[in-house]
Amino acid sequence: MTPAAFAIMEILLWGLIATICMGAILFASQNLGWSRLDLPFLLGTIFTGERHAANVLGFALTILIGWFIAFFYYLFFAAIGQANWWLGAVTGFVHGLLVLTALLPLLPYMHPRVASEYDGPSARRRLEPPGFLALHYGYRTPVVTLLAQTVYGAILGAGFELVF
Amino acid sequence: MSANAPQTAPEAPAPFEWHYPPIQDYGVIGDCRTIALVSRQGSVDWLCLPHFSAPSWFAALLDKDRGGRFVIRPCDFIDSTRSYIEHTNVLQTRMRSPTGTLMVTDSVSMVAEDQIAELAPEHEMIRLIECAEGEIDVEVYFEPRPAYACARPRLRNRGKLGWHCACHGDIAFLQSDIPLRQTAPGTLYGSIRLRAGERRQVVFSYCENDVGILAPLGPAIEHRVQATQRWWNQWCARCHYDGPHRDAVIRSALTLKLLSYCLSGAVIAAATTSLPEGDTGARNWDYRYCWLRDTSLVLQSFMDLGFYAESESFLAWMLHATRLTQPRLQVMYDIYGETDLTEKELSHLSGYRNLGPVRIGNGAHAQLQLDIYGDSVQTAYEFVERGGYLDRYERKLLVGFGRTVLECWRQPDAGIWEIRSDPRHNTYSKLMCWTALDRLLSLDKRIGLGLDRAKYQHELECVRVDIDQHAYDAARNAYVGYYGGHEPDASLLLMARYGFLAADDPRMIGTCRLIESELGVDGLLYRYPPGTAYDGVEGGENLFGICSFWLVDYLARLGDVARAKALFNRLLVLANDLGLYAEEFDVHSKAPLGNFPQAFTHVGLITAALSLQQAQRGRRGEEIKR
Repeated sequence: MTPAAFAIMEILLWGLIATICMGAILFASQNLGWSRLDLPFLLGTIFTGERHAANVLGFALTILIGWFIAFFYYLFFAAIGQANWWLGAVTGFVHGLLVLTALLPLLPYMHPRVASEYDGPSARRRLEPPGFLALHYGYRTPVVTLLAQTVYGAILGAGFELVF
Repeated sequence: MSANAPQTAPEAPAPFEWHYPPIQDYGVIGDCRTIALVSRQGSVDWLCLPHFSAPSWFAALLDKDRGGRFVIRPCDFIDSTRSYIEHTNVLQTRMRSPTGTLMVTDSVSMVAEDQIAELAPEHEMIRLIECAEGEIDVEVYFEPRPAYACARPRLRNRGKLGWHCACHGDIAFLQSDIPLRQTAPGTLYGSIRLRAGERRQVVFSYCENDVGILAPLGPAIEHRVQATQRWWNQWCARCHYDGPHRDAVIRSALTLKLLSYCLSGAVIAAATTSLPEGDTGARNWDYRYCWLRDTSLVLQSFMDLGFYAESESFLAWMLHATRLTQPRLQVMYDIYGETDLTEKELSHLSGYRNLGPVRIGNGAHAQLQLDIYGDSVQTAYEFVERGGYLDRYERKLLVGFGRTVLECWRQPDAGIWEIRSDPRHNTYSKLMCWTALDRLLSLDKRIGLGLDRAKYQHELECVRVDIDQHAYDAARNAYVGYYGGHEPDASLLLMARYGFLAADDPRMIGTCRLIESELGVDGLLYRYPPGTAYDGVEGGENLFGICSFWLVDYLARLGDVARAKALFNRLLVLANDLGLYAEEFDVHSKAPLGNFPQAFTHVGLITAALSLQQAQRGRRGEEIKR
């Protein structure tokens, strides 16, 4: 196996493990009543308004996006020439902050089915918007999201340490 | 408009003085997952979310001050009339004020198969408001108190998204085109003046641990109400009953459907907990669970009316939900088959009309009640009789029930009435053990269960002899409620129905006579002699709804159609104006008592109507022959 193919395999493997762990934390916190953030559902509803299909599609998209972002983590660690679990955790934490402060508040403008507080719900836009720091999905949502992203980063950091 | 009418809608709510309406003042709406009780004054006083036996969000029914409510009514309410839109569970209440008439249409949305592509809230209660006549000041009072009023939710105004109300992982939205404001922490109020023809909408939606879904107000909401009406109409269209009092039978079927949990097939006994069965709270119980007995009877009624899908769902539920205890059955389970229903008291709620305690869970879940085997086998038997198919696992389950009956039928138990004193040999329990064995033998003949037929035949005969020896009082020419006792028990009216005795057998006639003479009041029946001696529970006993319907059933089987019809008509009058029944009737006023609406009583109505129909047809057949 060439070094490039080996690196891709590692990225896919650790990307999958990290994504599953992140998803498990979000799923558990949702079912424990800590947060109502449902990432697969939000991703799936970009493409369909049918709840069951959205959940299945969203699950597949979550894995794909998890892999995709793992490539950027790999590039970042390669650029600075080192990787370990705590560096990964810090990267994941910063990533989480970006998601909370930039990505989720923009959702009403980007997602075709998320309602906006300015316009109200419409026949198509019915999903509750996440609001600042996704606080509309429960006041523990920022903590849970940061924790999930930190774990995601830490797993990637620890995994890629074996590659470098 | 009268000269004295106010010129503007009130800015602040007048001090509210809430009262407990009589139980018959309630109507019910629901989505086969949860039920709301709506009073004549437009107040939602009971709603549990996300399902029947979950904690309440509105419980003014059980504590008018703390429980929480959701009111839409005229500011100067005088009185109201109401009805369901034909063959639906969509409730319309017309409320009068001195200046006009307000019509509120209440429904909980049902999602049809063709609407699944549309994102919808997990639960959605829609309240359409219309000024039908004159000019009227309308007020909206929204006071959610989740977790049996233990939690006070934070209400946040989200502008065009409406009011947001979060509690733990759950979220509710209140959207309306009536401006609302927070008048106290956790309480919203709004009022508006409407002229004839003007309409408004109020939508309460709920999601559990999920991203909230918001409904756009306007025509989309009207369409959802119409879709809900269509859903109920289509469901009713499957009913093939064409006998007497069809409307009452359909209303009972609609109520039973409301009490069935669509996600599992379970049917709960009633929508409420702790509505008193008498003048004290001694007999306050939580009925929001699935009693196998009640469910079996409901499903038999559904099959009789042509609703076969429901019986299939129940059999599937019984198979999976009772896995934890098979082949032994517990008396009741929760809607998902949970077996631990430990009884607790909610001391912070005062109870309906201060007649506490308010109980959740049910202590009877751990009792031994042998009759449930007979009910469950009877349901399977009727299912097969109507062409239903039982797979290998279901047949194995039935054989397991049979084995349990063979092992246990000689034991004393708590019986159908869940007697809380020492177990005893209840005649009805023995009768149902006999029924279980008899039907299993019939099923074995028909679909091959692989039973040891000789053994079953022998035990069947033993049960019969046992009943005849110990429950038959020769001096009174009647069967009595339990071995060694002398009192009648109305459940024994079913001896003819299950084929233990012919309806015209002198012993059956004698049993009916004894029941009527000792348990009858103005033609209606107690289930057993009132007083603590029979059941060991403090507090007075009242007239039991289903027992009077059983008497109709028996009289119809006996061929005494005139008396059966007269009693049936009498019982119809005792329903509330919407055709709903509680568990009992007050012995003096005949007002409904106990949890509401009660599946058992509605099952009784359907059973009695079907027997009457059959008896009338039989009599007509004889007349034609003559």
